[in-house]
Amino acid sequence: MIRLEKRAEPSQLWSLLTPVVAVITTMIAGGLLFAALGKNPFVAIRTIFYDPLFGEFAFYYRPQLLVKGGPLILIAIGLSLGFRAGIWNIGAEGQYIIGALCGAGAGLALYPMESVLIFPLMILCGLLGGMLWAMIPAILKLKFGTNEILVSLMLVYVAEQLLASMSLGLLKNPEGFGFPGSRNLQDYPSAHNAELIAGTGMHWGVLTAFIAVIFAYVLLKKHMLGFNIRLTGEAPRAARFGGVNPNRLILFCMGASGALAGLAGLFEVAGPAGQVSIDFNVGYGFTAIIVAFLGRLHPVGILLAGLLMALTYIGGDIAQSSLSLPSAAIQVFQGMLLFFLLAFDVLTNFRIRLAVKGAA
Amino acid sequence: MNFTKLLASAALVAGLATSAVAEKTKVGFVYVGPVGDGGWTYEHDQGRKAVVDAFGDDVETVYVENVPEGPDAERVMTQMALEGADLIFTTSFGYMDQTINVAKKFPNVKFEHATGYKTADNVSVYSARFYEGRAVQGHIAGKMTETNTIGYIASFPIPEVIRGINSAYLHAKKVNPDVDFKIIWVYTWFDPAKEADAANALIEQGADVILQHTDSTAPQAAAQAAGNVISFGQASDMAEYGPFPRVSSIIDNWAPYYIDRTKAVMDGTWTTTNTWDGIGPGMVGIGEISDHVPADVKAEALEMVEKLGSGEYHAFTGPINKQDGSVWLAEGETADDGTLAGMNFYIEGLEGDVPN
Repeated sequence: MIRLEKRAEPSQLWSLLTPVVAVITTMIAGGLLFAALGKNPFVAIRTIFYDPLFGEFAFYYRPQLLVKGGPLILIAIGLSLGFRAGIWNIGAEGQYIIGALCGAGAGLALYPMESVLIFPLMILCGLLGGMLWAMIPAILKLKFGTNEILVSLMLVYVAEQLLASMSLGLLKNPEGFGFPGSRNLQDYPSAHNAELIAGTGMHWGVLTAFIAVIFAYVLLKKHMLGFNIRLTGEAPRAARFGGVNPNRLILFCMGASGALAGLAGLFEVAGPAGQVSIDFNVGYGFTAIIVAFLGRLHPVGILLAGLLMALTYIGGDIAQSSLSLPSAAIQVFQGMLLFFLLAFDVLTNFRIRLAVKGAA
Repeated sequence: MNFTKLLASAALVAGLATSAVAEKTKVGFVYVGPVGDGGWTYEHDQGRKAVVDAFGDDVETVYVENVPEGPDAERVMTQMALEGADLIFTTSFGYMDQTINVAKKFPNVKFEHATGYKTADNVSVYSARFYEGRAVQGHIAGKMTETNTIGYIASFPIPEVIRGINSAYLHAKKVNPDVDFKIIWVYTWFDPAKEADAANALIEQGADVILQHTDSTAPQAAAQAAGNVISFGQASDMAEYGPFPRVSSIIDNWAPYYIDRTKAVMDGTWTTTNTWDGIGPGMVGIGEISDHVPADVKAEALEMVEKLGSGEYHAFTGPINKQDGSVWLAEGETADDGTLAGMNFYIEGLEGDVPN
């Protein structure tokens, strides 16, 4: 008989080890899956994890890791603050969309004016847009006690409808022959979030993500607010006795995560994506939830987890074309990562005991 | 050394490496959906397979499915070009700017973008005149409906979809002056749940014919469940729902075009083109009209297919008025491609507005 016994204290060791064990187990289980599909599992794993970093064309894929990982990290950092305090913003995808719409809208409204002030204005609008969208579930929660998980999630679908409507209406490219989608911001120098150094993948969004990692780290380690966040998550009653105002915490966590998601959307639409289009959002807001947990809600962990997720996407696409792996297999592979992570997470709080038969 | 040069020289090295090994022509395909969607992407993949069948060992094809429109598409195209692709088909409208971007970096690789309008020295565009198929559908639908209500599941209010609605309505109205179109916009190309909801809503409103401009078979299943509703396959034949409710279909047949363009790259005769083919060259296929359709209606429909194919009949032949009653095409006049390509208005008789 195997029995789970609750630990008195969560295990520090397992807390650090879990993500590593989960990644290795995913490689093994994924390898078996690829073998079952008739592919060489070692080649497949190498293609996904090694080739983008050190393969023949790594000079192109390494910068792409930043492009793909940047928005994931930025969003996940914001989400992790709330998740630590038990405030569940599941609607980052919607905040990402609204941030992109507000930011791009500000830029497009000024087209074709050229000014160095346009891009900062767009950043501000993107940030505010995402923040205000996240304020809806926050305020509803405070005023009416609604569940922020449901409300924030539902608002994703509202945001998607708004995105479609904007792509087909207000923000539609007047020179686009009636096709949906806005002007391409890459062709509008004042609004273009270009690479800071060509060929590095480093754009303002990636830089902001790195800055957010540092800020979150300092906030959680050194600042009273960070302590309150951690305390509320770990011991809500103690936090209340300690004078933590839960309402202000909800507003802060929802607002911060919304603002960062909005920023991610703005940097994406003004940079790599270039235009507001019906299918602009590709799930960064949801993937960031995985990234946040994979990174143990810790800023540095999230940084690494974001890059790892980006790697599986990029390597996954390479495996599709060079090994003819179906994309569903890659998706299963990514899903396994979260699955194993949550499974092994049990070991942080519980220890496994082999009990003698009948003793239990 | 700047990035573009770096990419270009890497591509050159890759190109030399592959040509030293074999003279295989490498053709890449970027798909927006899964190859098993039973509709849009499925048919593009059938086209890819046809290329393999046609050239055997002289060709190598690669594809990546479920590629989101945006930076991911750009990365996947770059990846294919780096790995030595000679020709890359990008099969979704939303890949347009990415295709142009990547094409600039790889001047020696040929690109073919489906349904877009931006060309370059190494970028061609191609699309199909699906509205010809819609004309045939409209004719059959107008003849078959008993409730005089035809339901239309529309995806996005773009010229392509609006053209289809106009063409179907025009030809349904011609054979049945009492016909009424109910249109639901679902704002998706592929979402079985939404498509099923839309189909059921239309059936509840009395529609006994369902036309769809979305790619899943969910509306077919909804029609089947209703029991007295007919439907038409979209993008793919969807023959598994025949002979009833599916009575016919519009099939995207990319194979002849893909084979043709691959051959052109092999022969070194590839040039930038802007292709918009219909029933005639075989890019638009009409799936078998099932026996659920009365023989005389079937014969009329086939005759129309014949005439559309030969060019004897144009699906938009005047007199046709716009929705507001103003004249669009005079008696005997046919629509020009420019107007059709950017069509953003309903014709007379359709109710409601084109959403925007």
